[in-house]
Amino acid sequence: MRRYRIRKDESCILCLRCSRECSFGAIEVKDGKALLFNHEKCTDCQRCVTFCPTGAIYITEDENRFRENSVFKDDDIKEIILQAKTKGVLLSSMGAQGKNIPIYFDKILLNASQVTNPSIDPLREPMETSVFIGARPAKIERDANGKIVDNLPPHLELKTPIMFSAMSYGAISLNVHKALASASEALGTYWNTGEGGLHESLYKYKRNTIVQVASGRFGVHETYLNTAEAIEIKIGQGAKPGIGGHLTGKKIVGDVSKTRMVPEGLDAISPAPHHDIYSIEDLAQLVMSIKEATHFRKAVIVKVAAVHNIAPIASGIARSGADIIAIDGYRGGTGAAPKRIRDNVGIPIELAIASVDERLREEKIRDRVSIVASGGIRNSADVFKAIALGADAVSIGTAALCALGCHICASCHTGKCAWGIATQDPKLMERLDPEKGAEHLVNLVSAWTSEIKEIMGGMGINSIEALRGNKMALRGVDMNEKELEILGIKYAGE
Amino acid sequence: MKREGEVRISSGCAISGIFCRDGRRISGEAIKKSIAIMHNRSNGLGGGFASYGIYPQYKDYFALHIFYDTISAREEAERFLDKRFDIINLSKIPTRQSGKITDAPLIWRYFITPLPHLLQDSQLDEMEYTSKATIKINESIKGAYVVSCGKDMGVFKAVGYPEDVADFYRIEEYEGYSWTAHGRYPTNTPGWWAGSHPFSLLDLTVVHNGEISSYDANRRAVEMYGYSCNLLTDTEVITYIIDYLTRKQGLTLKECSEVIAAPFWTTIALKDEEERERFSYLRKMYSSFLITGPFSILVGFKGGMMALNDRLKLRSLVAAEKGNTVYFSSEEAAIRVIEENPDRIWAPRGGDAVIVTLDKENKQ
Repeated sequence: MRRYRIRKDESCILCLRCSRECSFGAIEVKDGKALLFNHEKCTDCQRCVTFCPTGAIYITEDENRFRENSVFKDDDIKEIILQAKTKGVLLSSMGAQGKNIPIYFDKILLNASQVTNPSIDPLREPMETSVFIGARPAKIERDANGKIVDNLPPHLELKTPIMFSAMSYGAISLNVHKALASASEALGTYWNTGEGGLHESLYKYKRNTIVQVASGRFGVHETYLNTAEAIEIKIGQGAKPGIGGHLTGKKIVGDVSKTRMVPEGLDAISPAPHHDIYSIEDLAQLVMSIKEATHFRKAVIVKVAAVHNIAPIASGIARSGADIIAIDGYRGGTGAAPKRIRDNVGIPIELAIASVDERLREEKIRDRVSIVASGGIRNSADVFKAIALGADAVSIGTAALCALGCHICASCHTGKCAWGIATQDPKLMERLDPEKGAEHLVNLVSAWTSEIKEIMGGMGINSIEALRGNKMALRGVDMNEKELEILGIKYAGE
Repeated sequence: MKREGEVRISSGCAISGIFCRDGRRISGEAIKKSIAIMHNRSNGLGGGFASYGIYPQYKDYFALHIFYDTISAREEAERFLDKRFDIINLSKIPTRQSGKITDAPLIWRYFITPLPHLLQDSQLDEMEYTSKATIKINESIKGAYVVSCGKDMGVFKAVGYPEDVADFYRIEEYEGYSWTAHGRYPTNTPGWWAGSHPFSLLDLTVVHNGEISSYDANRRAVEMYGYSCNLLTDTEVITYIIDYLTRKQGLTLKECSEVIAAPFWTTIALKDEEERERFSYLRKMYSSFLITGPFSILVGFKGGMMALNDRLKLRSLVAAEKGNTVYFSSEEAAIRVIEENPDRIWAPRGGDAVIVTLDKENKQ
């Protein structure tokens, strides 16, 4: 169904580059010299616009709209027509689009030092952004000579509190994994394989890798578990809580098949639940099994989607033996999800972080585990606010893909990504240079880290630990008392 | 207007300390003189003193100094104490009226010891038993506030300039081997005497100059372990952190200083392997208790005193020695006024704790 309209102006030199770049079949060549626009196939991925040498192409929202109606909007009607024709579940990708669900990050303002204490200049004084995440024992131990014994379980050491979210090989291309892995190594942070296994060529990035164990158990074997610093058990993700995954057989080709340990051409179905975890005590057993398989040398992360009762769920996870809890909020992205689920299930990450942090404190176990937040983190200020609300660190997925060229056209599920990201098409994959990609990722995270240092310095904080859960650094605007109460912050001016 | 505890008030300050390593007990005269010279570092909205060795005749009993807003608060608190402790002695704390200190609460002193059978039933040691009881009073009895509760020590504080507070409490009549003093410059009126410093829990007292930027992170962390920050002041949270790390976690005071004013990672990287591992461990294990932003503190404890600056040394702190006596102060002038020719005078480096203890304790 037509959503966008493609136009060109007189500066077009008919080089036909746009048609070669378009992977969706929206721009075709007619008779070898004229352009044919199939508007209904356009996803507004901006590939043609970016590569047009004369700037001749325009992609706009189609101005032919359905009649204005205060209840049924244009999209509503289009979706009804589509479903009436196809009998299908609507699929979509990237993060939620609930238009009336607030982005609380935008309603939170930060503090700065004035008079009573000095701000600190990050260019002149050390400004520490290193974070250690993992479990902590309740007490120190000393040997017979009174020397402190290192009784800390395995930790992840992050030079900056920003990691890359789980995105699976298969859903995204090997080049994306390469870029993420080598950027993580350069940045001193971690990337996450997602549930599609780890390509052998990336084993060398072991020290910066987190491997995921999801309900499909694709690509999970002993070497896989031990070729990482941490293992993440994925229970759910913010874009589709309660829902499994489905990687179409078309994407299960060559190395994807080998890495996933799924026969070529066969759909890879991740069940909605882990069929060995029907309850919290089952989770504790899986955590322990993984720890045993890795000789207690790896941290175990349990990733859950932010849902209504996230606080008691997180508390249960903390007591299951997990070292780190990863919480993925309502706005978290995905390669493919049923649209209704994506836009209607779960809660915003800001509220989830605050309520989990508070609950773990009430139960006196906050210092025992670490919290990693994700789901719609767009910039350094979001990172900063997430940490001040109570997270130890954050993960970014969509933002990382944007650094690699993604323009959030939300067509990942088609497998035709024009930017070579969410595709297994060898021709399209070549469009992403993993080295250049890694450089952009390093630039992005370094820039954010510099900004975080700047904001910290302004507040007189010179170590990121002193920011964690430091809610006095935050004030809210345009919120009601309940929202402020859950976030645990005051209104601006208070 | 909201009173201290309902709102967080930032302050600038003056601090001063005197410690006699030989255990010689000196009157409060000297510390008053020292803090008074820094008059303009305070603004008349808070001053106080802590001293150790002042109650030798009752040294085995917990000495409670309590402020009451009303007689009924006193009656309620005394009923509370009577149920849990043997009250060996109680009296009003003697004061001198000069017109400079006004709006005084009722100020009482008790010497108490836990009732043996209740102590045994509680499965706590007497320190924890007593600290729990005093925290309970502060939390639940309206108009009652325990100012100090250690043994053979006490805190004397009020809203006013520190030298006037000294006269009010007649501190020249007390003799102790260790004294600390505080003059406060809050940015708005605390409206409550309890907000003045020193802040104290059991044998621990803290005077502090600074405004910590990690406050809420530290507060929320320490409140997990049974502390309740009622005053919302830095000093309160620092005291609780030190108590938690030393008394409950079993760190030495030096290790505790290495947690709250931890060296930078870049500094840790330069240490030898053993030290590097030790510092890294402490930072990772107790990351919630790292204190950032400016502070200079004097921590009084039974038989000793610790002076500590934040790791960037964003507040002044001077130390000096003369014979067996050690001096600390925000300004050198406050030391010179009571000891003109110290044997040694120096500015401790940021994050380097200076810890002094009684010579006889060292020999043990």
